[in-house]
This record gives sequence, structure tokens and C-alpha cells, in this order.
Amino acid sequence: MLKLDQIWKTFNVGTVNEKTALQGLSLELQEGDFVTVIGGNGAGKSTMLNAVAGVWPVDEGRISIDNIDVTKLPEHRRAAYLGRVFQDPMTGTAANMQIQENLALASRRGTFRFLRAGITKAEREMYQEKLKVLDLGLEDRMTSKVGLLSGGQRQALTLLMATLKKPKLLLLDEHTAALDPKTAAKVLDATDRIVGRDHLTTLMITHNMKDAIAHGNRLIMMYEGNIIYDVSGEEKKRLKVADLLAKFEQASGGEFANDRMMLT
Amino acid sequence: MLKFIGAFANAFPGACAQGLVWGIMAIGVYITYKVLDLADLTVDGTMATGGAVCIMMMMSGHSIGVSMLAAFCVGMLAGLVTGIFHTMMGIPAILAGILTQLGLYSINLQILDGKANQAMAFGKYDQLISLRWVRDVPFYQNTIFVVGIFAAVIIGVLYWFFGTELGSSIRATGNNEQMSRAQGINTNVTKVLGLMLSNGIVALSSGLLAQYQGFADVNAGRGAIVIGLAAVIIGQVIFGKISKNFAFKLLTVIFGGIIYWVVYQAVISAGMDANYMKLISALVVAIFLAVPYWKRKYLTKPVKRGGAANA
Repeated sequence: MLKLDQIWKTFNVGTVNEKTALQGLSLELQEGDFVTVIGGNGAGKSTMLNAVAGVWPVDEGRISIDNIDVTKLPEHRRAAYLGRVFQDPMTGTAANMQIQENLALASRRGTFRFLRAGITKAEREMYQEKLKVLDLGLEDRMTSKVGLLSGGQRQALTLLMATLKKPKLLLLDEHTAALDPKTAAKVLDATDRIVGRDHLTTLMITHNMKDAIAHGNRLIMMYEGNIIYDVSGEEKKRLKVADLLAKFEQASGGEFANDRMMLT
Repeated sequence: MLKFIGAFANAFPGACAQGLVWGIMAIGVYITYKVLDLADLTVDGTMATGGAVCIMMMMSGHSIGVSMLAAFCVGMLAGLVTGIFHTMMGIPAILAGILTQLGLYSINLQILDGKANQAMAFGKYDQLISLRWVRDVPFYQNTIFVVGIFAAVIIGVLYWFFGTELGSSIRATGNNEQMSRAQGINTNVTKVLGLMLSNGIVALSSGLLAQYQGFADVNAGRGAIVIGLAAVIIGQVIFGKISKNFAFKLLTVIFGGIIYWVVYQAVISAGMDANYMKLISALVVAIFLAVPYWKRKYLTKPVKRGGAANA
């Protein structure tokens, strides 16, 4: 479904802050794979997702989604294939627009927008049904501005927007990191339900090792712009947090997992 | 005092008419400043261009409809140039607008046949409005009525447009560019379209203003952005609480324009030297722009512990 082939990306070339964030990264996802991604700060997790989403062009390598070469497509064109949820709840929604307007924008992802109605009555009814699935009471606040919602509600809404029109690939960039544990669990639960229901191919970054083990059918660990550990199936199910920590130590040459990775 | 009342009463209808025309201009400013969240200074140029195009076309024998349409299209073209400067050449929006505005000065002079001012003989052409028609004419010929209809139609069309898929994507771009791109919106295109629409409307208003005054002037747009912003802000401060409806918001911009010119006229009637008006306008707008900042800085209560249950 997704194929990354030898991706290289360097930021701030020629300055003291030069950093090669992706170093020949290759990854292949099968249809229906739900892959969790872990790794320390600066390991290249978000950079990998942004490379797929086309936020900037990569230096080298090829990216294809469902056998379509998207390496040279700009971000808004790739959006036709992707659903994205960001770490910051403010990023994924338009604050000054209504809940239903946000959903209407999302449902037109990948279509040519012209002078047809921005939202129709039939859509409103459909959105109301879809919002009920989130179980946050948003179905009664369809005309509220999204800016009035809490961070958790906004993330749940962004998740719904990302999956409203079935994407070929769902990209979740630490989408529960900014939420309190209870809300995070709720959003993760909704994620599992939606991904399972629609059989979505998913890449989910998390800093929480327990979550990384508990969710999905495959887990990858990144270090210095590459994948250092890739585990799936039965082997993944038997994984323990201690195993991951050991793996990380081994890969990084004894350097211990940083605080952020320890948060479990 | 009596002299003031007399002078003011005399000037009042004219101030309303002028306010309506500038209110339409301010709707153009609203589209960039509020909807797209860009400060576009192109309008200081287009506010002269529209009038120049309209007057020169009328004087060369074109009908009022064709002349106004041409003004609108030339305004859109100016917006397109700023849009290209901004999106394809990476120039910050404010600077892109200033560049277009400066360039337009030469173009405006060319349109006006190299003269700084071109007057249109009254009664010779089929003009729509005039400062001579603000009283003592049948209501359907009254400039206030005609411009009012104009404004109503523009508000209606914009209300419809910003409800369409394309209009919604322009609003989304002004709200959150990153989200817009993630939802497949080409934010460069929406920005350019917004700038074009805005400048088209400003040029249309400029065409109306030139007819109203009976001449086109190369300096007609100087400080236009400030007057436009003043209208937007006055409307928002006075009527903003009443309704959040988009059409109503546009209506408040029109009211803001009228209030600006009525107050302007009152100050002039009271004996103020008209040369100071630009200074006063600038200061008033500066203070109104500062109000939201001051509110945030001095009036927000510190968040209590545990108050972040919204996280």
C-alpha cells in the first residue's frame, strides 16, 4: 500500500543546525497494516510522516501510495490519498468554522471544488450520524465553532475528518500526546474502532510504548533516521516494554532511552 | 452651534452616500483582512485604478455597465499580481501589496492619459450616481438608494459565494493553512482568488466613487486601506455582538463605512482643518487595532489550577 524507497532528507543544509533526519529510510506497508512507530526525540518519526504527506520534497528516494508514485506531488494533491491527525489539536481543524463546515471540507478532500454548495442538507444528517459514533455529544453542536471545543474533542473530530472519506493511508502523528490520559484513552479507543471498521492502513506515531504494543499488528522502532526494529504478528503480541527498552539500548549503543520514551 | 448644525445637516446625505461607497470598498478589505487573514495594501492602488478605468471608459463612449465591469476586472488583475508576488515569489503579503500599489501608480497615470486628474462633464454621460443626486431627486435616482442596492447585491452574492465549496476553501485557508492543505486545498490558489475578489470589489467601489465625485484622481487611493480597516473595525465594535451571520457581518462593514464618513463630516463641520483628517483616521484605527491586544494583556484572568480540564 505504502512504499518508501531509500528516502533521504536533510534540514538546514550548510548551517550549524544541519541535520540528516532521514537516512535512506525504506518501509513497505501491506493493505490493512496498522503500524505503530516509536523512537526517541529526533529519530525521524514525524519527518517520515511529513515526507509521506508531502509537507516538503524529499532529497532522494521514491514514495508510492497504492502503486501511485507521489514523490513529486505537492501536499494538497497527496491529500486525496491521506487522512492526517496531528499532535497539536489546533492544527487539524479550522477554529472559526462550524463543526459541520469542517466535516464538509474534509468530505471534499481530493475533489475539485467549485461553485456547488459547501454543505448540503443530506450531508448534515450524515455528519450527525457519524458524530454519534464519537460519543462526545458533538452531534448536538453541529453549528458550534470548532474553536469552542476542548483539545480532546478537536482531536476526535480531526480523526473523524481524516477518515470521513476513506483514505488509502491514515497518518497519526502522536495524536493523543497533547491530551490528558483519560481523554487520550478515549481518542485511542475511537481510533481502534474506526481503523478496524474501515480496515484502514495506518501509521501511528506514539511515545507511549504500552500503546505501541497494545495497538496495531506491526511495530517499528526508529533511530537516527532509520528503522532499527520491525516486528509484527505473534512476535509483536508477546512484546513487553522491557524488550523494547532493551532493543533501544542495544541499537543506540548503551545510551539509555530518554525520559520521553520511558513515559508508559 | 447653529452654524455647525446647519453645515452638518447640509452635508449629512452626502456623507451617507460616500460612506456607502467606502463601505463597499471596506467589504473588499474585509475579505483579505478578516476572511483570508492577510493585510493587503494593494487596495491603495486599486482604489484609484477602478475610478480611472471607469471614468476613462465612460468618456470614450462606453456604457456605464461595461465601464464598471472593466473596473472590476482590472481590480481583479491587480489582485492577481499581488497574489503571484505572494504565492509564487514568496514575498510577504504586506510587501507584495505595497509593490503592486507602487507599480499601479504609474499604470493609473497611464490610464488617466498622463494627467493626475480627469474630470467627467456632468450630465454628458449615463452615470449611475452623483454628489448632485443625494437630495431633491426621485428616490430611485437618489445616489444613497442606488448605492444601497449595489451594496445589498454585493453582500448577497458574497454570502452565496462563501457558502460554496470554493468559498469555503478560501475561508478555511484564512483559518488554518496547514489543515487546508491536509484537506486537499491548494492554498496558493485560494489566496490568489481571495486577493482577486477583494481588489475587484475595491475597484468597483472606486468606480462608484469617481462617478460620485465626477472625476478620477491618481491619488484617490491614498490611505484607502486605513479607511477600509476603520470601517471594518467600527462595524465590528458597534454591531459585532448582535449576530455572527456572515451576511450581517458584511452589513456591519457597510454601516462602519457610513459611520466613519458621518463622523468625518461632523468633525469637518465643527471647523476642523480637513488636512488633519488622515492623521486622526490613522490614530483612531491604531487605537482600535490595539484594543484586542490590550484586552488580552491586561484583562485576561490567570487560569486556575485544574482549570485546564479542557486539555
